[in-house]
Amino acid sequence: MSVSDPPPAQASAVCATHVPTLLRYADGSLVLSQRLAACCGHGPALEEDIALANIALDLLGQARLLFAHAGALEDQGRDEDALAFWRVESEFHNPVLCELPNGDFAQTCLRAFFYVAWQAELWAGLTHSVDRTLAAVAQKSAKETRYHCEHLAAWVVRLGDGTPESQRRQQRALDYLYPYANELFCDDDTDRAAAAAQLGPLPSTLEAAWRARIARVIGEATLALPAPVPFYSTGRQGRHSECFSYVLAEMQALARAHPGATW
Amino acid sequence: MSERKDWPLWEVFLRSKQGLDHKHCGSLHAPDGQLALQLARDVYTRRQEGVSIWVVRADQIIASDPAEKAAFFDPMQDKIYRHPTFYELPDEVNHL
Repeated sequence: MSVSDPPPAQASAVCATHVPTLLRYADGSLVLSQRLAACCGHGPALEEDIALANIALDLLGQARLLFAHAGALEDQGRDEDALAFWRVESEFHNPVLCELPNGDFAQTCLRAFFYVAWQAELWAGLTHSVDRTLAAVAQKSAKETRYHCEHLAAWVVRLGDGTPESQRRQQRALDYLYPYANELFCDDDTDRAAAAAQLGPLPSTLEAAWRARIARVIGEATLALPAPVPFYSTGRQGRHSECFSYVLAEMQALARAHPGATW
Repeated sequence: MSERKDWPLWEVFLRSKQGLDHKHCGSLHAPDGQLALQLARDVYTRRQEGVSIWVVRADQIIASDPAEKAAFFDPMQDKIYRHPTFYELPDEVNHL
């Protein structure tokens, strides 16, 4: 069954929120992929360099599937390249967490772990989506994400429960990143409409499982979970941090310098 | 600053299909067994090369000495009677 043919009664409601919802998921994968890909050639060891690049490629693959699906639903002639390379900053809807600088290896791993741990809950919720294409993407991605979580958590535990220096850095990364996780669980009108249309789970419903998983890993890493703060970043609404334009500039420069170029 | 130590070397063995043997495919550096397994997955099975991985710390392998190769292996050269090639096999036996 094609998702572009929802029951007529729901058609307008589904369409209004459908593409924006897909773009939120896709943009998170794309921007984190771009950040991790920047580590390629700079990993702490050749083996880990490949491991991070593999994760980046998995995330890019998720983004491509979601963009292709969103572009087809939107029916405005935008393919995955158009969506990735020809939108401006305010048209991206990834959480700010994904665009933050890589920092050191501790921060690189923990940021990615935060997001893929969120994705693990998201994919589980999306397997019940009325959008069967989206559900299929979620099912495929869930397997990748399970490995991403395992690998990145392994590093967080080793660095946290490592040398005094690695523990100091991992704790610093945790203190810096933790407030940015709040955005992942903050429902807005788009989320509520998507949940009402049974497209995807309400972000706030993913919070308990995410926080439990993070607390488990942080505990194993012998780190201290920071106290919660009422800070909410707004990347999912298109209002980004100051570093985001640099990420986009690097990612989009080639496509914009050579429009329509192929390999 | 703590002492910097290189990660130990691990040998990686892959089984490409169910029913086949694990075969040595290379080596890598990793801080411990769990990460050695994960990194072996990332380095050596990116193109679906395997369904099972073993990793073994290289310093745990007891290997024969290449300098002793002559003493170790040459004496078997002239003992062709150890090969089962002198038997008449019935036609029904196709695979021995």
